[in-house]
Amino acid sequence: MKYFSLIWAGLWRKRTRTVFTMLSVVVAFLLFGLLQGFNQGFHTLESNQDLDRLYITAKSNMTDGLPIAHLSRIKSVPGVKAVSHWTYFGGFYQNAKDPVPAFATDVDGLFAVYKEMKVKPEYLDAMRKTRNGALISEAIAKARGWKVGDRVPIGTSIWTKKDGGSTWDFEIVGTFDASRYGQGFPGFYMNYTYFDETSAFGHGVIHYYLVSIVDPHQAQQISRQIDALFANSSFETQTQTESAMVLQALKQLGDLSFIANSIVGAVMFTLLFLTANTMMQSVRERTSELAVLKTLGFSDGKVLLLVLTEALVLCLFAAAMGLLVSSAVFSSPPMKAMFGNPHMPAIVIGMGAAIALLLSFASGLPPAWRARQLNIVDALAGR
Amino acid sequence: MTAIVSLRNVKKSYLRGKQKVEVLHGVDLEIQSGEFLALMGPSGSGKTTMLNLIAGLDQPTSGEVSVRDQRIDKLSRGALAEWRSRNIGFIFQFYNLLPVLTAEANVEVPLLLTNLSRAQRRQRVQTALQLVGLGDRVKHKPNELSGGQQQRVAIARAVVADPTLLVCDEPTGDLDRQSAEEIMNLLQALNRTQGKTIVMVTHDPKAAEYASRELHLDKGQLAQGVDARSVA
Repeated sequence: MKYFSLIWAGLWRKRTRTVFTMLSVVVAFLLFGLLQGFNQGFHTLESNQDLDRLYITAKSNMTDGLPIAHLSRIKSVPGVKAVSHWTYFGGFYQNAKDPVPAFATDVDGLFAVYKEMKVKPEYLDAMRKTRNGALISEAIAKARGWKVGDRVPIGTSIWTKKDGGSTWDFEIVGTFDASRYGQGFPGFYMNYTYFDETSAFGHGVIHYYLVSIVDPHQAQQISRQIDALFANSSFETQTQTESAMVLQALKQLGDLSFIANSIVGAVMFTLLFLTANTMMQSVRERTSELAVLKTLGFSDGKVLLLVLTEALVLCLFAAAMGLLVSSAVFSSPPMKAMFGNPHMPAIVIGMGAAIALLLSFASGLPPAWRARQLNIVDALAGR
Repeated sequence: MTAIVSLRNVKKSYLRGKQKVEVLHGVDLEIQSGEFLALMGPSGSGKTTMLNLIAGLDQPTSGEVSVRDQRIDKLSRGALAEWRSRNIGFIFQFYNLLPVLTAEANVEVPLLLTNLSRAQRRQRVQTALQLVGLGDRVKHKPNELSGGQQQRVAIARAVVADPTLLVCDEPTGDLDRQSAEEIMNLLQALNRTQGKTIVMVTHDPKAAEYASRELHLDKGQLAQGVDARSVA
C-alpha cells in the first residue's frame, strides 16, 4: 500500500492518454457486458418458458392452419390439462406501419393455459358477453392510451370481412397483465367466434393450439401422442414445447452466442494491443525514472510489480466501470420491457472480471518485464 | 580515520559493438570515513564508471570493491539493490527527481524501502527538507522549482535514509554559479557537520575546491602526484 503513491503517479503521468485508454477499456467492457447480458438474457428468456406448455402447429407450415375440430381430440389426450388456440390476425392501427399484435382466441382457455397472466374476473366476463370485445395488455393500453370502453378500428392485410371491408371494429372490455412474458408476448385478443363468423374465409381454422400439461416431464411423450393422433391425416401436426419454439425463433436471428462472442473477442483482442502499447509507451518514457528507482534500491522484482500493478489498476478499474454501466443499462426500462425483469447475470460479471485480469497481465507483463530488465548504467546514460 | 571504501586492482571493460573497451586499468583507491573526495579528469577518463562501481550500480570486470569491509563486487543484483538502499545516497547532474511527485514524495521514495511507519517517514522527510532549506516547498513538484531547488530536493532524498556514503555525479553541472556555490556549501556542510563521506565526480575546479581531497583520473588510471588536502 505504501507504494500506491508511486503507482498512482505513474498512472497519471500522461493524464490524457490514461483517460483515453481507460475510456477504451470502459467502452469495451460495456460492450462485453451488454452483448453477454443479451446473450444470457435470451437464454433466461428461453428457460423462463414453461415446459408444461406445448405449441401445436400444422406440420407443413404454421400459416396452413389446423381445424378447430382438433380441439376436443387434443383435450382427450391423457396428461393434458387445458387447451386454447391462437389465430394470427396481422392487425394494424390506422396504417400498416403501426402493427398491433392481435390474435383471435378462446379467452377462457387462454387464461387457463397462461396461468401467470392476470385479469380481473369482470373483464373476462365482459369479454364473454361482448361479441366484438377485445382484451388488451396493460402495456398496450399504456402505450396507446386506450382504455376500457374505447372502440378501436383494427385493420388487417390478411382477413377480409364478409362485407368486403378489412377494418374490424373492437370494443375494449378489459386489460390484463402479461409483464411476466416480456414485451414480445401478444397483447390484443379478440373472440374467435366473432372472428370466425365475420371473416369471409378460413372458417374453422386456427394457427396454434396452446396446450398446458400436468407433468412437464411428460412433455415429449404427450407431444408424440398428439402428433400420432393426426399422423397421415390431411392436417398433420407438429407439437413442441414452448421453450423449443422460442429457441427456434431466436435461431432465426442467428447464433446469438457466436455473434456476441465473436464481437467481444475482436474487441478484447484490439484492446489488448491498445493497452499493451500504452503501457509500453509509458515505460519507454520513464526509462530514466525507473532507473532512478533501481538506483535508490528498488529491486528488479519490485519494479516489475510496480509496472504490472499500474496495468492492473488501469484495466480493473476501467473494466469495473464498464460492467457497472452495462448493469445499469441492463436494468433500464427498455430492457425490462424486453426481458421481463432482468439482472446482469453474475456469470457475466465473473467472466468480465476474469477477462480484465487476463488483459491486465497480458498487456502489463511485457512492459513490466522490460522495466525489470533495465540496466541502470545504460538507462541513466540514456543508452 | 578508517577506510570506508577500498578498490583493489579494479579493472572494467565494456563491449562496444564487437570491440572491447577497457575503461579502468587496475585502479587502487582507499577513501576514508568522513572524507569529501573530488574525482576529476577529462571526459572518457572513467570517472563515472568508477563512481558507479563504488555505488554498486555496476560490477568490475576484475578486482575488489569493498565498502565498510563488505565485498560488493560479489553481491547479486538483488542483494546489491538492497545494499544500495541502506548504504548509498545518490545526487545526479540532472537531479533525476520523479516529475509527477511533490518534493516531499520524492524525498520519501528511499524510505518506502524501509520498515518505517508513515508518520516516521513523514517526520524524516520534513527534517531532510528543512536541512536543505526547503521546508516551505514540500508540496511543490519539480517543474515548480528552480534548478538549485531541485538539486536541494535531490540532496534531501540522498540523505533521508542516512546512508553510509553520498555519491555525486557532476552535482553542479546543470546549475548557474550562484546555485552551484549554494549546493557545494550544502554538501560541504553535510560532510563537516553530519560527517557524511562524499565521493563527487566533477569537471568544475571550483566545485572540487570544496572537497578535502582531489584525485585525477586519466585514461582509466589515477594520476600520480594527486593534490591531497587535509580537512579544514
